Amino acid sequence: MEVADRRLPATFDDLALPLFDQLYNFAHWLTQDRAEAEDLVQETYAKALRGFPSFQAGTNFRAWMYRILRNTFLSSRTGLKTTVAIDDEDAGALPAESANPESLLLEQANREMVQEALAELPVRFREIVLLCEVEEMSYQEIAETLGIPIGTVMSRLFRARKALRELLKNKIEGGRHGV
Amino acid sequence: MACEQWRGKLDLYLDGELAEEEAGELAAHLRGCASCAGDVLDRVQLKRAVKIAGKRYEPSAALRSRIARGARVESGSLGWRWRLAGVAALILLAAAAAANFYAGRERAARQRVYSELADLHVATLASATPVDVVSSDRHTVKPWFQGRIPFTFNLPELQGSEFTLVGGRVTYLEQTPGAHLIYQIRKHQISVFIFQERGGLPGFAGSVVNALSFNVESWTQNGLRYFAVGDASADDIRGLSRLLKSAR
Repeated sequence: MEVADRRLPATFDDLALPLFDQLYNFAHWLTQDRAEAEDLVQETYAKALRGFPSFQAGTNFRAWMYRILRNTFLSSRTGLKTTVAIDDEDAGALPAESANPESLLLEQANREMVQEALAELPVRFREIVLLCEVEEMSYQEIAETLGIPIGTVMSRLFRARKALRELLKNKIEGGRHGV
Repeated sequence: MACEQWRGKLDLYLDGELAEEEAGELAAHLRGCASCAGDVLDRVQLKRAVKIAGKRYEPSAALRSRIARGARVESGSLGWRWRLAGVAALILLAAAAAANFYAGRERAARQRVYSELADLHVATLASATPVDVVSSDRHTVKPWFQGRIPFTFNLPELQGSEFTLVGGRVTYLEQTPGAHLIYQIRKHQISVFIFQERGGLPGFAGSVVNALSFNVESWTQNGLRYFAVGDASADDIRGLSRLLKSAR
């Protein structure tokens, strides 16, 4: 029965279930809590399923799912607490100067350290870095997911990376001094 | 100067967002610029570190099965509901189509019967000998049919009404013998056909219908099917029908 029902290429299951692991990971990054992440993913799938008839075939399903998840998160209790008003500089032009990595020696920054730094990033920085690096979304997809212009994607990503570098730098230095 | 131009684009380059041509130019610059190349290396390292560190959380097996089941159950039940709705719609459609078809057939059959009766009515009136038994006396006419048709019927007392019985003859409708009586009211002649009720005859129209400019009323009584056909008014047809229905 299941096989017969799945002849059509674009059933909700076909599109949505392969995204499960990524969506969960993203949800957990956003909520920083397993139970909340599970609720968030469940709600996302339920909403997406309900909204699927209005999903336009040919448009980006992944961005659509992430957008549902993110909006669900932002309207959740935890999400409301972490939501920060988008500041003005966010929409500004890309700074011309270098991010000045100062030889971060990222070899020293082990995985846990990076994870800590990511967790400490404000949500709007954390999510855009994750969408770019982990989900490997294009700027266009990120723009669709976050509902922002591509220019904002670029400037926010720049700031997010800069903030992440600084956090890592502090951790590396702190770790050094701590030993 | 060249470095200043490129530094702001290193992220775009590494994120794969630079146009091909520009990416080519930047790659050429990186081959000759140790400073920018070092910068790129750092950025690549950060990207890679985030990519690895970012894949951190594994969903529980319980959630996985819940989602898989939920999506399938919900989409399944949705599908099931839709399928059911679809089936229901199909049944309705089929029923409507069948009813339509049936109604159409009924209509067609009724039309066919009416036009045949109208033909009989007209042909009989046009005939030099419209009736085989010429009598205004129902007690003469009714026995005349005995042995000629396989059933018997009652004719009404016409005294006190405007109707007069002209006479009767044996007729056939769809290979079935029946009684054809002719009544007159003022200048109008009305044919009354009586047949044994059987499946082949179309449904009772319920009231006087206008068929081929003739008024027709049809009803069933005591297993017999009556048709009153004529160019008289619907009221006259109805009046005669009422008399016939009350015949004892």
